[in-house]
Amino acid sequence: MDWLSIFNLALGELISPITAVFVMCAIGLSVHFGYTGLLNFGQAAFAAVGAYGMAISILTFKVPLLGAVAIGLVASAVFALILGIPTLRLRADYLAIVTIATSEVFRYLMTTIGFAPVTGGSNGLSQFGAEFWAMNPIPVGEYALGPFSYRHDQLFIIILAWLLVAVCAVLVWLLMRSPWGRVLKGIREDEDAVRSLGKNVFAYKIQALILGGLFASLGGMVFVLNLSNVQPQSWGTTITFMIWTVLLLGGAATVLGPIVGGMVFFVLLSLTQGIMSGLVDAGLLPFLTAPQVGQIRFLLIGLALMLLVIFRPQGIFGNKKELQFNG
Amino acid sequence: MNRLMNPSRTRATVVFSALMMMFAVLFSSLPATTANAADATATPAPIGQLLIKGTLKNNNEPVAGVEMHITGDAFDGKATSGEDGKWQIEVPKKGTYKVEINLETLPEGVGLRDADKSVREVDLNITSTAAVLFPLGKDMRVVQPFGEQVVIRAFAGLNLGLLLALAAIGISLIFGTTGLNNFAHGEMVTFGALLTWLLHAQLGLDLIVAAVITIALSAGFGWLQDASLWKPLRKRRLGLNQMMIVSIGFSIVLRYLMLIFFEGDTKVLSGEFSPVEIGPIDTTVTSLISMGISVVALAAVAYFLTRTRLGKAARAVSDNASLAAATGIDVERIIRIIWVVAGALTGLAGILYGLQFQANWLTGFAILLLLFASVTLGGLGTALGATVGAMIIGFVVEMSSLFMPTDLKYAASLIILIVVLLVRPQGVLGKKQRIG
Amino acid sequence: MANTENQISVGPAAPGCKKVDPILIASGVRRQFGGLTAVDVAHVEIPRGKITALIGPNGAGKTTFFNLLTGFDKPNEGSWTFDGKELAGVSSYKVARLGMIRTFQLTKALSLLTVIENMRLGAQEQPGESFLRAFIRPLWSRREAQITETADELLKRFKLDAKREDYAAALSGGQRKLLEMARALMSNPKLVMLDEPMAGVNPALTQSLLDHIKQLKTNGTSVLFVEHDMHMVRHISDWVIVMAEGKVVAEGPPADVMKDQAVIDAYLGAHANTDLGDVEIGGQKETN
Repeated sequence: MDWLSIFNLALGELISPITAVFVMCAIGLSVHFGYTGLLNFGQAAFAAVGAYGMAISILTFKVPLLGAVAIGLVASAVFALILGIPTLRLRADYLAIVTIATSEVFRYLMTTIGFAPVTGGSNGLSQFGAEFWAMNPIPVGEYALGPFSYRHDQLFIIILAWLLVAVCAVLVWLLMRSPWGRVLKGIREDEDAVRSLGKNVFAYKIQALILGGLFASLGGMVFVLNLSNVQPQSWGTTITFMIWTVLLLGGAATVLGPIVGGMVFFVLLSLTQGIMSGLVDAGLLPFLTAPQVGQIRFLLIGLALMLLVIFRPQGIFGNKKELQFNG
Repeated sequence: MNRLMNPSRTRATVVFSALMMMFAVLFSSLPATTANAADATATPAPIGQLLIKGTLKNNNEPVAGVEMHITGDAFDGKATSGEDGKWQIEVPKKGTYKVEINLETLPEGVGLRDADKSVREVDLNITSTAAVLFPLGKDMRVVQPFGEQVVIRAFAGLNLGLLLALAAIGISLIFGTTGLNNFAHGEMVTFGALLTWLLHAQLGLDLIVAAVITIALSAGFGWLQDASLWKPLRKRRLGLNQMMIVSIGFSIVLRYLMLIFFEGDTKVLSGEFSPVEIGPIDTTVTSLISMGISVVALAAVAYFLTRTRLGKAARAVSDNASLAAATGIDVERIIRIIWVVAGALTGLAGILYGLQFQANWLTGFAILLLLFASVTLGGLGTALGATVGAMIIGFVVEMSSLFMPTDLKYAASLIILIVVLLVRPQGVLGKKQRIG
Repeated sequence: MANTENQISVGPAAPGCKKVDPILIASGVRRQFGGLTAVDVAHVEIPRGKITALIGPNGAGKTTFFNLLTGFDKPNEGSWTFDGKELAGVSSYKVARLGMIRTFQLTKALSLLTVIENMRLGAQEQPGESFLRAFIRPLWSRREAQITETADELLKRFKLDAKREDYAAALSGGQRKLLEMARALMSNPKLVMLDEPMAGVNPALTQSLLDHIKQLKTNGTSVLFVEHDMHMVRHISDWVIVMAEGKVVAEGPPADVMKDQAVIDAYLGAHANTDLGDVEIGGQKETN
């Protein structure tokens, strides 16, 4: 077994753009759940709305990239309104069920043959990245970074993705030490109490839902630019619960929690994959086949989610006193 | 709220690992049998080879010479079914593929039982072989009058609604007595379907014997889940939202356990289709029997809840657990019984669903949202509400295809759910909550 | 009914009587749950600048009436005005902004916020509570300093200043009640509505809570509170309103109300021959 390459691969996940995407989605979810107490089970759909909003604007309406990004963000805000208006007045578990249902509806809508001329149906869309890659200021070439070497385009999207993570994290940090953030935390603790103090709880919840959704949408855009295509099956509920695992791993009501959580999550995922594959290749796990190793990884994600919620709801790095979960 | 210094923590850990062990024991016999089965039915795929395959049969007779068109990820290939009705194609890499059956190449008078499903999607990302099934039957391509279509769709809706009701009542009873929104419920449906496949189609047990064993094991599975996971968590006073997320993690664990042990291909629980025609409705004996069983089971649940002491106690616990406890009802015992009943009902739903529509590791997960929609529509926590909600969802799913593309039929039912919550948040039969 | 002259009502005290200077007037407020009528108040007025107690047996509809008045529940019919403003259909947070702040029977201290953050949340007109302005600290830091000053004064008055930086979760039940009351005062309300302020408070703290309520009146705030504890009612309230089965069955100065046959029948039943002030002591709840 090549331990060095396994560790290198795992280490590479630390700064991979995919990690950054999940971190952005998790920061958004920390605004929803960690600070406001909203059980959003449709975070993957927020990312998808942003990604499709951008891709469709570029391909169908020939909008320049920045305009398309803006349209994607507006679409995400509208999605938050559609989701929030009927459900944010209801009990928390209704929001959970409606968000997961809506995210599936969105996926069905993107898959259906009827809209395929615009959405690409189940094949999805591609060829929308030309303007983005043309913006790359980094000269063509290979760049060494520690043990890794990246092409100029890889380096570009890594830097951009983590810059966006930094922007999201700073925004959350600024907001959560402001009186606005105080109201959100109050709502998380007891919305009736906050209402009785004269705050428009519904408006705050909508604002939080929109803000967290915007972060996820940015993440979704980076994801599809990195992949060069956007497909409906990339945004299933499994992705949503991976985001939840990332968030809960790091600590739901902390600024750095989602970042650390995302890094730990993907490094561990890569390590288990590497080590188990290595063991299977070496014939040490005779009862497993190569594809089953990939399946076991998902099983472990589920198990991690369970154990985290049961034994460490404040996350590995969260403040025990500020742990979450009411009711 | 969680208390980390809870003395039951270690106990919970022990119980939890015991649960995992039991799963391991439960499934340990499977890989051998599935391997044998693979030998018997098809050539096993060498490691690294990616295969999409299937068998075409009409009335248990193989159908030869049908052309399949497989596309995806820059791949484009064709396969033709042989004398035994089998076809297969090797694809170059992992990904999602589309399989389209060429309807022109079907024999005269033979058509798809699901006329709108001539294109199927296969996910070859995590498995190396995928089976695609196109159930054949009478050619339905002849356009029927709208009135007949309505009758046909309504019948299908009734059938689906009854199946959903069986499984949804379990969710509803569990929610009512414990407050848990159980996201791992879909896997109980899958469990029922795949276990029956194993016992009946693989081990050759008589279908009825297989079904009875499956229901018994499903009931036991329900009991096991409560005893080893949920009861310890209730003792820890884990919050309901926390429990909901635990159930999500648990559903992922169960789902991938089933994938690992049953593999990803779609299983045919029974090849018997014996077609029946009732007016314009083209159905099968299996479907009719299934509907009969569903009605009987639902009636039995209604009787249990309204006429027996135990059922009345269960409803009392749903109404107000602490009040019920104060009147001398053993709440934990009631919850245990509810889990057993829910397990049995949901296992039965899995069997009936699998017999009619086949099953794979994602079957239950695919209908989970329809189940939640049913329960929420009817009003969380009432069994009657869940039944009514399930019937509505069943009808909406099937009738929607009269007006909109069929690949949006699940979406239609979820949109109905959202609209209902807008105008009547407590559900169709739910009561308004008293505040303060 | 033994009606004596008083300075609060116009004419003799009677259920639904007019007040000299009412702050809250409710008419025809009815709330049904299924077939059960929880509240059916024909007419009631709450006097300004006084301490009014709303008493009645369990299930009399006191808390439901509270919820209706403060917009936390919607009546089937009825109208009410606060300080001359029509309130029916107004959402709860707007009611609070008008100067009518309530507390809850089960204390709603925000557990995972510190005591001082709890207090700051009670303040009104903090521009930093708007999303866009929250980013720019200079827009709200001055107001924040004022709010903190008010909060610290109140904490000192309620003897919670030592707990300033603690999470509210770490407070005792009685301290949470105090915190909730102090928080309600942050916005300088015209009417404070306390839902069972004594429930679950240990007897040692009861007196200090009573003093705080009396001090509210001294500062010109009107108080309406729900209570089971007759002892406390008699000593601190200026006016008592008795509810039973959703209706107002009696009202008047405490001494008179406690002699009222309707009250004795509806509310006290078994204890009719005991001295009313001694029926319950120190926050124990009515159990009959």
